[in-house]
Amino acid sequence: MSLNIIVLAKQVPDTRNVGKDAMKADGTVNRAALPAIFNPEDLNALEQALKLKDLYPGSKVTLLTMGPARAAEIVREGLFRGADYGVVLSDRAFAGSDTLATSYALSAAIRKLGDFDLIIGGRQAIDGDTAQVGPQVAEKLGIPQITYAEDILSVDNGEVTVKRRLESGVETVKGKLPLVITVNGTADECRPRNAKAVQKYKYAAVPSEVANDEQKKEFIEKRPYLSIGEWSAADVDADLAQCGLSGSPTKVKSIQNVVFTAKEARKIENTEEELENLIIDLIANHTIG
Amino acid sequence: MANFYSDNDTLKHYLTHPMMEKIVELKERNFADADKYDYAPQNFEDAMDSYDKVLDIVGDICANVIAENAEEIDHEGPSVKNGRVVYAKGTEKNLDACRKAGLMGMSMPRKLGGLNFPITPYIMAADMVSRADAAFENIWGLQDCAETIYEFADDAQKEKYIPRVCKGETMSMDLTEPDAGSDLQSVMLKATKKEDGTYVLNGVKRFITNGDSDIHLVLARSEEGSKDGRGLSMFIYDKRNGGVNVRRIENKMGIKGSPTCELVYKDAPAELVGSTRLGLIKYVMALMNGARLGIAAQSVGISEAAYREALSYAKDRKQFGKPIIEFPAVAEILSTMKAKLDASRALLYACSRFVDMYKIYDDIAKERALTPEEKKEQKYYSKLADAFTPLAKGMTSEFCNQNTYDAIQIHGGSGFMKDYKCERLYRDARITSIYEGTTQLQVVAAIRHVSTGTYLNKIKEFEAESVHPEDEAIKNTLVFMTQQYADAVQAVFGVDDQGFHDFMARRLVEMAGHIIMGYLLLEDVQRNETFRKSLEVYVKYGQAEVAQHASFIGNFRPEQIKDYLYKEEPAEKESEA
Repeated sequence: MSLNIIVLAKQVPDTRNVGKDAMKADGTVNRAALPAIFNPEDLNALEQALKLKDLYPGSKVTLLTMGPARAAEIVREGLFRGADYGVVLSDRAFAGSDTLATSYALSAAIRKLGDFDLIIGGRQAIDGDTAQVGPQVAEKLGIPQITYAEDILSVDNGEVTVKRRLESGVETVKGKLPLVITVNGTADECRPRNAKAVQKYKYAAVPSEVANDEQKKEFIEKRPYLSIGEWSAADVDADLAQCGLSGSPTKVKSIQNVVFTAKEARKIENTEEELENLIIDLIANHTIG
Repeated sequence: MANFYSDNDTLKHYLTHPMMEKIVELKERNFADADKYDYAPQNFEDAMDSYDKVLDIVGDICANVIAENAEEIDHEGPSVKNGRVVYAKGTEKNLDACRKAGLMGMSMPRKLGGLNFPITPYIMAADMVSRADAAFENIWGLQDCAETIYEFADDAQKEKYIPRVCKGETMSMDLTEPDAGSDLQSVMLKATKKEDGTYVLNGVKRFITNGDSDIHLVLARSEEGSKDGRGLSMFIYDKRNGGVNVRRIENKMGIKGSPTCELVYKDAPAELVGSTRLGLIKYVMALMNGARLGIAAQSVGISEAAYREALSYAKDRKQFGKPIIEFPAVAEILSTMKAKLDASRALLYACSRFVDMYKIYDDIAKERALTPEEKKEQKYYSKLADAFTPLAKGMTSEFCNQNTYDAIQIHGGSGFMKDYKCERLYRDARITSIYEGTTQLQVVAAIRHVSTGTYLNKIKEFEAESVHPEDEAIKNTLVFMTQQYADAVQAVFGVDDQGFHDFMARRLVEMAGHIIMGYLLLEDVQRNETFRKSLEVYVKYGQAEVAQHASFIGNFRPEQIKDYLYKEEPAEKESEA
């Protein structure tokens, strides 16, 4: 049995190693100051896909990402680790997408990719932390979803068995293919880049990266495995009204830079009066009420 | 993210050494594989880019997997269950990462599943792995044994075993026995030829690193009744066939993650490698030379780790109101550690380049006749590899021991506690000057290159190279040291007394070593100014060492040897009561 697996991945600013200039004065992320990396939980998702490929030889792992052409970098990262093919969904029309518009665009691209058994993505991206895109993709495609996966154990008779990590413990569930699985950061770390794959795929590129280099273009044309897909909104037959800003109902009102100032704990005696004072304070500072 | 390749510019400096162009072009046979394998390089720049990228993977795994697991592995160690070795959990994780990254069989040709890397970038990987965990280097680094199969086994054996190594099966070299350590001629493990031409092995081996490996190279006595090295042959034992059990593993002072096994062979089926009787005198010699280069890399890696631990502690630790690194006594230790580290690495990669050149020519010679010019080069580099391998193994392992000693000294009382990494490095370092031939045996191998002039000739070649005008002064110091060395060689070999030669051998070899490392650092400075401080400090150090040896040899009368020789005093007669 071989599986057709799509891994959803995102190139994100590395918010784990932020310096002083990580945020702009207006409170938005200063993307230029942060290195662009493979979203960590998407790497966990990729490992689950590669593990299934090891278990079921002949399986195919396709990486799908939305972003500018430079997001081809994470497709190459995926190829270096064992993915077979990758597509960058790239169009100005996608700019400003919130999670709804993103999941719309991704689901359109997935339809174009054709048959699949599993879609695996990270639980959430470290830049937005919404955990909404995976579930929304499942809804848009009208297929089931399993979230918070820690280990995809097996696939048998059209059913996948997944171990989920929940707040209250661990549960093992089964789901019918095709479906979407989102993977937790507690799952196995992604395997390293492979020496042969790195040498094989180091020149892989999307067409726009090599548009001005005839030699590289020709080199890639002779070797189809080096070609990374680069699809526009039109390529995936997307309805422009549902893409980018116009497809995004989320509007950011304002962003505040919150600095924790409390230094010491406040001690409350167990008396009616003290408790009442505390409740009055909490209502006054809008913590409750 | 931490990376042992990108945080260490010296590796890239040696990767881009001018000799690499020739090495790569020969190794790649002018890039004949370019259209045959999708991972083969198109040209020199492409090959260098591939080495760079693969070494970056190694640096990543070393910093984030192997180094992270080292302490736990040191505590847990391997164990034996039902005659099989069970690695520490971290060791399994390390192996898994190396297999998935495709870092096994790195130097093997592509047609057998390898990466076809020259020895030099492979040794760089070994350098980093050793910095991360010297014990794991022993397990990972035994992929070296595949070289011996590639060089001496027949095609069927190569095709059977080498792809398995490239996929991640481990190896071991089963040489030592309870009564055959440094003296391998005494090996007794018995190889018996059966009627169908195959062999079975019976006997015991001891101190076998990674002795429960998948594929063993075994030295055994095939010629019944023989007593010396000429009765020994080399065999491959495949664990899949069974017949060898691990009786126990040693409880060692260092490199505790590396299982050192006592093996019992009971009618273990084995395949002969090459011809009978050449086991020790040809194959093991080649195997040991490769292994010695590996230990030199291990020594450099441990030295690197020790220097970094000491440096970071000396910057952090404050006494008398300032970081201790600001005290001259501490600064001297640290700068000398760094100089010894850089000198060691310069020698290691000089040696690896020589090994690359002659091995590649040897390999090409199997495909076609070499031109007279190529034959000359093959001979030249083969001799240099032969001279530099024991020198590198001897000098780098002694420096590695000194550097780990000094790393503890910098840590003061804290360094004596189990809390800091320097204590593990100190224990791990200790074996480097012992196994694969003690320093004393490296001197035995090196001394004939003192007496026949291999070292002096190479030094004269270095001397003939032009240097930047500002480096003339330091070069003059090296020229002066060379004269002291030549005089000392004359003084020792002018006396017709083998015992005297043996007695002085270590000093002469060290003198040659200091001068050669000085010149190598001088060569490095011509390309890269960051080596300047190490050059200055090392030549100062080497100058004093050479002067000391010159003084010892100059003031020594051959008959004074008797003061050093041990002689049992006759027991006193019991007085008559």
